[in-house]
Amino acid sequence: MSVAAVAPPAVSRWRDVRRIALRSPTFLSGAAIVLFWVGCALFGARLTPYDPLADDVINSLMPPSSEHWFGTDQLGRDVFSRVIAGARDILTVAPLATGLGTAAGASLGLASGYFGGWFDAIVGRIIDAFLALPLIVVSLLALTALGTSNATVVAVIGLSFTPIIARTVRAAVLGERELDYVVACHLRMESSAYIMFVEILPNVVAPVLVEATVRLGYAIFAVATLSFLGFGIQPPSPDWGLSIATNYSLVGDYYWTVLFDALAIASLVIGVNLLADGLEHAVRD
Amino acid sequence: MLSATETPALEIEDLRFAYTVRGREREVLHSLSLRIGRGESYGLVGESGCGKSTAALAAMRYLPANGRIVAGSVRIDGRDLYRLSNQDLRRLRCDVVSMVYQDPGRALNPSLTIGRQLREVFEVAGRGGAESAAGARDMLRRVRIADPDRVLDRYPHQLSGGMQQRVCIAMALASNPALLILDEPTTGLDATIEAEVLDLIAQLRADFGTAILFISHNLAVVAEMCDRVGILYGGALAEEGAARDLFESPRHPYTAALLQCLPRAGQQKQQGRLQTIPGALPSPGEIVSGCAFADRCAYTQARCRTEAPLLRDIGGRRTRCHFPERIAAAAPGSVDAACPTREPAPALLRLDQISKTYATVHGPAKVLHEISLELRAGETLGVVGESGSGKSTLAKVILGLAPHDAGGRIELGSATLPRDLRRRAGDQVKAIQIVFQNPEGALNRSHAVDRIIGRALTKLSGLAGAVRAGRVASLLESMQVAARYFHVFPRQLSGGLKQRVAIARAFAGEPRIVVCDEPTSALDVSVQAAILNLLAELQAQKSVAYVFISHDLGVVRYIADRIMVLYLGRVLEIGSAAQVFAGPHHPYTEALLSSAPSLEGSPRDRVALKGEIPSVLERQAGCVFHSRCPRKFGALCETEPPPLREFEPGHALRCHLPVDELGRS
Repeated sequence: MSVAAVAPPAVSRWRDVRRIALRSPTFLSGAAIVLFWVGCALFGARLTPYDPLADDVINSLMPPSSEHWFGTDQLGRDVFSRVIAGARDILTVAPLATGLGTAAGASLGLASGYFGGWFDAIVGRIIDAFLALPLIVVSLLALTALGTSNATVVAVIGLSFTPIIARTVRAAVLGERELDYVVACHLRMESSAYIMFVEILPNVVAPVLVEATVRLGYAIFAVATLSFLGFGIQPPSPDWGLSIATNYSLVGDYYWTVLFDALAIASLVIGVNLLADGLEHAVRD
Repeated sequence: MLSATETPALEIEDLRFAYTVRGREREVLHSLSLRIGRGESYGLVGESGCGKSTAALAAMRYLPANGRIVAGSVRIDGRDLYRLSNQDLRRLRCDVVSMVYQDPGRALNPSLTIGRQLREVFEVAGRGGAESAAGARDMLRRVRIADPDRVLDRYPHQLSGGMQQRVCIAMALASNPALLILDEPTTGLDATIEAEVLDLIAQLRADFGTAILFISHNLAVVAEMCDRVGILYGGALAEEGAARDLFESPRHPYTAALLQCLPRAGQQKQQGRLQTIPGALPSPGEIVSGCAFADRCAYTQARCRTEAPLLRDIGGRRTRCHFPERIAAAAPGSVDAACPTREPAPALLRLDQISKTYATVHGPAKVLHEISLELRAGETLGVVGESGSGKSTLAKVILGLAPHDAGGRIELGSATLPRDLRRRAGDQVKAIQIVFQNPEGALNRSHAVDRIIGRALTKLSGLAGAVRAGRVASLLESMQVAARYFHVFPRQLSGGLKQRVAIARAFAGEPRIVVCDEPTSALDVSVQAAILNLLAELQAQKSVAYVFISHDLGVVRYIADRIMVLYLGRVLEIGSAAQVFAGPHHPYTEALLSSAPSLEGSPRDRVALKGEIPSVLERQAGCVFHSRCPRKFGALCETEPPPLREFEPGHALRCHLPVDELGRS
């Protein structure tokens, strides 16, 4: 046994997480579904066989055929093209909302866990109060008050996620705060901001990432619901929730006008949840 | 020794055990063989990662999901453990073999009373309700719990660690097993409690005639407790023999080196450095051709690297070495590089009447009582005491992490130190740094080594750029951290290397005082010696002063110039290391000294302490120690707190007894 005097490569925890994730069927199948929809969101407009917004009233409400794979809707628009192109808005709004909620929640949770004391107590009570409110009802009220646009949807959903992310981060920070490396920071006169964001944050990223992915699933669902209710993404977008809202009265005779949009929402939510599941396992092991 | 006809209590034969980690199988036990006769106590000793806990689990067939027996067999009481049906296995674990774990707090169910948990053991064995209750009470009495009825109604958290471990032992012995496995049963306990539990185990062996497999990293404990000892290294026995023989004249270089790593009785840093073992422990599952110890051995020959030695018999003992006669012939290692005795320097840090009170839900808890002391440049003050004595609070008060009560004063040099760290000037903060007990939590696992040290240099020495990079390298080199570790993350370092990095960080700002809070208690023996040497060397070079907190009296005696004994936040004794060890001792110091297990000579008579350390919340009249003191002589002890009397220059203690009646070593 001879110990070669070569430098061991610096191996951070994330390399293990990546390797475990890339071997997990759960993570990989989730990633495949999500990547498919992300591809549609990015390049969909160029890939669709028809213009998703173009009316063709003569061919309205055609059932699925070789020409129109998913049939056509009331205005004769190609449903397949609309499903592909419909990924764009929801995949813009939902991740942005999740990102906003994660950033705000992580900051609040870091501060609350790190400073503790009365600040933590007050933030904790406010979080409890917020979590007791029903998400969709509050969102509807807020959107009615603020007016509906993609930006307000992002803001409303993002802020509604802030408390729960803050709570996750706070719990992780409480564990870290007691560790001696934080004491070592005090003994070299680091600022609170440095300790929170440079020292503690990297160690709580794992639970934040998992929570954010779970939240992304909820965000997609929330955006679709709001759009269905008319408070989310606005026409003429080929958004899935919006399309279902337009066509749901026809579902008895013309199922294809609703089914494929619904499947799209379901598959994306399932994909994100699989991703979150796989990620959680990888982080935990 | 066991006779050939008798069935041994435990017989492990050529056991090879492997874990599957990340898809790869790593063999952590390589053909382990040992036998424990009926009523015999066998000590299995080794450093972390040598496979001792795996051996214990394998002997109970508590296999983790990723563990597998590759070859070999385990027989308990003649029955092959790995051929038993699940039902028979359950019977065997119920009747024949029991285990006691390291942490009694986690071994007991927190939501059931002690009585309920003890009765369960009897009920599993098929006894009726009344019989079980009587059995539970009887078992508690047999583990020397004075009022079993009171303890039976309690929950585990209402008992101290020592009591919890007694209860665990009572549960383990309830079925009168043929074999009892003890996995580091006293490692988490204080010295006086440890002594109590060890005494209890020794007495119970006599009562029950149970065979014991005693697993420990502590050579002295095993030497005291066991008839025979096996030294485990890299997943195989390096040496085995009768305890006294083995520790007196080791026949394997690893055993010999381990013994030399421990500070010998009376050895002090002025007399020279401790012996160390070069290199690192093999990582579990490492494939080695030749002898596993060859890279670290002082006697290695060409043959050692090519041919793995077998465990062979040499007159009543066994060794896995090609050249055991060389160790027998070798003289004990010589000492080198003695550090010179220093001239007395002026006082650097002065504590004057320092108290600390914490507010708790039960009211104020005063954990430090009017502590005064002086620390000189280049001096080490050893702080000794059991948990709850206020050692760590004292460290926090000095560092400014826990502001002391108003009224006292801390002076650094000629200036008074503000109580709160945040109010101290930059130079004052820089001057006092700390080395933590557990290097695991002390280093940020998301930052690489050079970043950790670099940041400390930026903040404490104001360095940047190439100058800083150069200083990072030279600082780490002076801690004997090889350049190949500069860019790695803490998780890639061994415990000893992590502690070196932590020490480097503490020294980044050229501190004048470093608080060492049990800096070696989380480390293996061979690593501990190297860290103590490093600390002694740094002190000799930089004349930094240490406040060295430890529960290990051998370590304190080696490193400390002066020693302070704390009990419930009061100084019971303070003096030079020689004075405190030679006596006259405070009765508490005497108990501490006598409870430390030792490799040298036969076990001494222990000064047993009664009861538990009282809570800091209890207000005690008289001497704080009177409730446990074996030398209490009357009402005076209960009514009048004794003053701290200096009865010879530099040596003071707090006791009503006249000095000439106090114990001496």
